[in-house]
Amino acid sequence: MGNATGSTAAAGAPAPARRRGGTATARRRRAPMTWESWVIAGGILLLVLYCLAPFYWMFVSSLKGPGEITDNSLWPAAPTLVNYRGVFGGENHFGYAVRNSIIIAVATTGLAMVIAVSCGYALARLRFRGRNLVLGLVLASSMFPGVAIVTPLYQLFSDWGWIDQYQAMVVPNISFALPLAIFVLTTFFREMPWELEEAARVDGCGPVGAFSRVILPLAAPGVATTALLVFFAAWNEYLISSVVSITLASNPVTVALAKFAGDTEFQQPFGSQMAAGVVVTVPLIVLVLLFQRRIVRGLSAGGFR
Amino acid sequence: MTVPPPDALRARPRTASGTRGRTGPGRGERAVERRLAFWLLLPTLVALGLIVAYPVTRAVVRSVFDDPIRGDPDFVGFANYAEALWGFERVEFWNAFANTVLFTVVTVTIETLLGLAMALVMHRAFRGRGIVRVAVLLPWALPTAVSAVMWGWMLQPDGVVNALLGTDIVWGGSEWPAKWSIIFAEVWKTSPFVALLILAGLQTIPPHLYEAAAIDGASAWKRFTSITLPLVKPALVVAVLFRTLDALRMYDLPQILTGGANNTDTLSMLVVQAATSELRQGYGGALSTITFLFVFLCAFLLIRTIGANVFAGFGGEGGARR
Repeated sequence: MGNATGSTAAAGAPAPARRRGGTATARRRRAPMTWESWVIAGGILLLVLYCLAPFYWMFVSSLKGPGEITDNSLWPAAPTLVNYRGVFGGENHFGYAVRNSIIIAVATTGLAMVIAVSCGYALARLRFRGRNLVLGLVLASSMFPGVAIVTPLYQLFSDWGWIDQYQAMVVPNISFALPLAIFVLTTFFREMPWELEEAARVDGCGPVGAFSRVILPLAAPGVATTALLVFFAAWNEYLISSVVSITLASNPVTVALAKFAGDTEFQQPFGSQMAAGVVVTVPLIVLVLLFQRRIVRGLSAGGFR
Repeated sequence: MTVPPPDALRARPRTASGTRGRTGPGRGERAVERRLAFWLLLPTLVALGLIVAYPVTRAVVRSVFDDPIRGDPDFVGFANYAEALWGFERVEFWNAFANTVLFTVVTVTIETLLGLAMALVMHRAFRGRGIVRVAVLLPWALPTAVSAVMWGWMLQPDGVVNALLGTDIVWGGSEWPAKWSIIFAEVWKTSPFVALLILAGLQTIPPHLYEAAAIDGASAWKRFTSITLPLVKPALVVAVLFRTLDALRMYDLPQILTGGANNTDTLSMLVVQAATSELRQGYGGALSTITFLFVFLCAFLLIRTIGANVFAGFGGEGGARR
């Protein structure tokens, strides 16, 4: 949390260019609040409320016992952890799902990054024929609807005995992660100064040496940002997992959570669902708090998703 | 593929290699570079080939065979396609098609307008920028599955949404409330993200333009329509394009929130149903082929109509945005 306030403070001071550009308006604004700044302040308040209110409701609901859950009170009269016990104990075994998701997302991220870093570097820095063709292919595969590969993959994985295996989720996840990672990384690699690479070449490094000794260490922040985006995408994946992962033992959190809902039509365990939702969300909130600036930058670089 | 490669991505390396031209790599070095490029690209090409191209091809091939209860499938030409488009299954198919188009058009329109408003507000906010950024990122970071379950809870008949609105709508109980609940949940999750993309575009507009316009006596509205809108258009176009393509393949949200009840099936949901619960690989293959042809057609038309400079905005600003 300390870190979060730190980065917030840093974000409070915008880049020098904006500050310089903003002085005229800022000076005007120091005078008593105009109607315009009231509108902006109100808008910000509405925006934050809009984004956070559902999270608040999920959190509050998760603390309400069975007697209180339908009350719609803003805070539980008797906060209880009974829902959390329900999530991790009993028949839900949500702990498995969390473990499965971690394994799947980490494996996806690791594999996708190795492939994407080499591709991104080649696209950003090397001259070769067919570059545009590769770019076009990557772009085209980023537009593919996931369902286009569900039918055949389901059949293939059944034949291979991959149903309920981690690789049945990791391998398709890579196909979603790769285009995103390649675009973001290509942008990052291109922004790095050419002089350093040239210097390395002059000092006797080949292209391979220049890549691994000079560019890769310099690109580490960009690579980390991309890895984070890929991790989010893998953690959130549902379509493929819901098809190829049938038993609780291999369900990732998204599938496990949705399954809570499907069991009983009339008496849904909303308390434990909300608790499970909070469990899935907390790590994401921490990651967003820690890396918000990087994430925004990565998203702008990738331009999508 | 009909999708043009990003202009910016194409243009920049030329300048880059121009810079490099100064040291002028020799013929041997260029060969090394080409060989290196080949090996660096190989894993990507193999991966995309195996995980995208091969399954898609397989689905297309499978789509021209039937689905016998037992034994091997027979070649049936376009019978599966005909079945979906005007055969026994046509009502289901065209309903899903109409739903997909409806969800896409409505959510993307609302998201763009709302996102633009949010971006304008965020652009002007000087204090609390970090907090706002975190708040805006959270709905984006939340898995759609969690978002669906969360909205399912809030949209219960005695849930918080009805309590706030003072209504007692059974959101999951009939067609239009069910459709609207999907639209609400989708808009909530993605418009902050659209706002971030648009904000990135807004930040590239030099402030002196506004100062000059203000000196010339242009009203706030005039400044918005003649400076902000045209200059933010590339970012807006990118946001619309990618949101449209995403919305057209919507699956998680309606699947979890309504399960397709009350005519809320999307095309993606039909494909998954055919392939898994109905075990109709051929028919499912035909549906998935129709779906991705439709998505590509939309991508193509969007790129053609809203401007070929889409990707100049998309890649080009990546650098300028800092």
